[in-house]
Amino acid sequence: MSPSSITKMHEDTSLTDEGAQELPPRSTLTAKELLREVGAVLRISEAEANTLSSQEPSDDQTMIINMGPQHPSTHGVLRLMLELDGETVLRTKPIIGYLHTGMEKTAEELTYLQGSTNVTRMDYLSPFANELVFSMATEKLLGIEPPERATWIRMLMAELNRVASHLLFLATNGMDVGAVSMLLYGWREREEVLRFFEMVTGLRMNHNYIRPGGVAADLPPGWRDEVLRLLELIPPRLDEYDILLTEQPIFRERSQGVGLITAQEAIALGVTGPILRSTGIEWDLRRDMPYLAYEQVDFDVVVGSYGDCFDRYAIRLNEIRESIRIVHQILDKIPEGDYRVQDKKVTPPPRARIDESMEALIHHFKIFTEGFKVPEGEVYVGIESPRGEVGCYLVSDGSSKPYRMHIRAPSFVNLQALPHMMRGGLIADAVAVISSVDPVLGDVDR
Amino acid sequence: MGWDVSQGLEGMDHNFLTGTLEGLVKWARARSIFPATFGLACCAIEMMGTGAAHYDLARFGMEVFRASPRQADLMIVAGRVSQKMAPVLRQVYDQMMEPKWVISMGVCASTGGMFNNYAIVQGVDQVVPVDVYAPGCPPNPETLIHAIVTLHGLILNGEITRRRGETGAGAGVVVEAASGDGASVSRPTPVVLRSGAGAT
Amino acid sequence: MTDAAPDLTGPELLHGVPVSSSRGQQVLHPSREQYLDLMRSLADEGYAMCVDLCGVDYLEHAGRQVPEGVQLERFEVAVELLDLTAKRRTRIRVQVPADDATLPSLFDLYPGTEAMEREAFDMVGIVFDGHPDPSRILMPEDWIGHPLRKDYEVGRIPVQFKLTGKPV
Repeated sequence: MSPSSITKMHEDTSLTDEGAQELPPRSTLTAKELLREVGAVLRISEAEANTLSSQEPSDDQTMIINMGPQHPSTHGVLRLMLELDGETVLRTKPIIGYLHTGMEKTAEELTYLQGSTNVTRMDYLSPFANELVFSMATEKLLGIEPPERATWIRMLMAELNRVASHLLFLATNGMDVGAVSMLLYGWREREEVLRFFEMVTGLRMNHNYIRPGGVAADLPPGWRDEVLRLLELIPPRLDEYDILLTEQPIFRERSQGVGLITAQEAIALGVTGPILRSTGIEWDLRRDMPYLAYEQVDFDVVVGSYGDCFDRYAIRLNEIRESIRIVHQILDKIPEGDYRVQDKKVTPPPRARIDESMEALIHHFKIFTEGFKVPEGEVYVGIESPRGEVGCYLVSDGSSKPYRMHIRAPSFVNLQALPHMMRGGLIADAVAVISSVDPVLGDVDR
Repeated sequence: MGWDVSQGLEGMDHNFLTGTLEGLVKWARARSIFPATFGLACCAIEMMGTGAAHYDLARFGMEVFRASPRQADLMIVAGRVSQKMAPVLRQVYDQMMEPKWVISMGVCASTGGMFNNYAIVQGVDQVVPVDVYAPGCPPNPETLIHAIVTLHGLILNGEITRRRGETGAGAGVVVEAASGDGASVSRPTPVVLRSGAGAT
Repeated sequence: MTDAAPDLTGPELLHGVPVSSSRGQQVLHPSREQYLDLMRSLADEGYAMCVDLCGVDYLEHAGRQVPEGVQLERFEVAVELLDLTAKRRTRIRVQVPADDATLPSLFDLYPGTEAMEREAFDMVGIVFDGHPDPSRILMPEDWIGHPLRKDYEVGRIPVQFKLTGKPV
């Protein structure tokens, strides 16, 4: 169902004649009506939680147990307080902050050129998405646009990053649900994609490649063959994983009907990405609010219908296929040209010129030590990362360092859906639900 | 045959039989280390990659990552340690049984990395004694394997257990980052096992 | 295409609140009293999702540009809304004074702001009235101080580089 059909349900009351059965306007809907159960979130403080172990449990009481932060299946350092009645999860409280790195404060100390080194380590499974959103926000403030080739290179890296991130999701999801061999298979493909990244950017993870103005360096010679090799390698293996997991009865039992969330809840909680698409809403920023060159490529937005874990798995599996489709088109359509905008204020001079010209040396020095100054203002840019909408709210005061950088982290907001998904399920399903939400704690805590 | 029991196996005056036995124990300890899962951030992904099929940790006997610290003897601190996480780290370390070792993986765990601010503990050696530091952001799986093999060498020559008994400090060995050099594109870098004294 | 400086329209009003445009993005500047009513009107208009809510401390940048009639305070809360049907975004910037750093909570209208408001409280120190769980979310619960305020130090420890251990 599309988002407009939900709104239409609210507007189109003229068809029924059953006594002005108007749906109330959105502003009067409180949390009670929007969420199935406001009481799904357990509200205790950490200090209270620490004293629980000293209390005597009695038969009629529910038990509050602690899961994490060091736990094999919490996807990083996520701590969950679960209130259990036997094996059934009643209320949950996710406690985060175990990976808080003060990145937003650090960003105020780094220049815009250094900013992508900082931002790339937030969502460490899709570093290109973070770098891209930061660079796009900076470029919007500067008022420059990267050249076409740079845009297409960015798109190529972003889509391959989506492939790598979703492969890791398949790997960890399989492992959490019990198919441990899936972990090894997913990593096998991911290594191939990381090998390509190492060839282009020099690093396997945390690349610092997408910078304000374009990308750091052009694609190396031989990149086309590498990408073609990837495109031949991955689809048949994806079919293998499809056969391995999708029809498998145990996997289906563990993920179908588990972790349900409704469309209204998802929108009310601000959840985006595969979770929102699993409820049936066709919302993908690449198609609905296009950025880079996504209007010029053809791809489908994969949407589920039940809002359960199986839908999210299926969506991500098919998104890999769609990304491969996009990469095919990028290979055909990528133009020649500059990989970086040729604006003297922003771009350092080519390395060879530094040996020849004093001005080039000074220019290079100024850009790398002091940084380029960005005009005053504030801007918000949101793009589609593998986890949902990642956004950058950037405030500049005219100097060479951001005044305030805030990253809207998709996992931070998606985690709010966790108590609602887990309520009423078994504790074993809690692991499957966390895995299907696919949080990255670096993103959550920043 | 004198035996300073307080020193454990190291305190024995060895004759032929007990010397071989000690060598056997050290060999067994080195070749079958169980790491505890302590993956925090990006380095955890590279640690998982090291355990995966391409850079196989199973050939060193280490593919079994024990979830419970009681069953583990190596803690690879992979990732940045925040202020909130430091007590948890210490608690998990204390729950491990002797002999135990710590590898600090990545620059954030070794020194605080690029995050020199209020939120990150500037080096996990402020909290636990570290035996091997593996630099990199994140370290290549090859670097991690280099660090692990270094640790094996230290265990095999027994120095590490002796020093820990005396001062409680870690060995503090810093390994060089193993560079990919484009090597991983065509073929993986061969890892040479160091033969320290007493290795069989 | 885009301007180098933010172009500010005159005292134009939308839902009774001054509106400006920043790099082509619509920004509304309600006062604290108008804030909740404005959010309700926007929700009726179709902005179904609250995408982001963050606090900013303008201690060192007091001279920022806002439309006429908007009184600048030390803190600001920026809320980003998304309309999925009409595919548009809008931003709301509310000024919050330093001596009375409170703001009504949006939890009832957009339950997704629960975590975001906790983070704004934790990092900048703005208290949200009506929030079901006003406690710190990123820092330890007993932490003193609000890290993203401009008068809070980064906490950088000076590093003396020396050779440590034995290079292998």
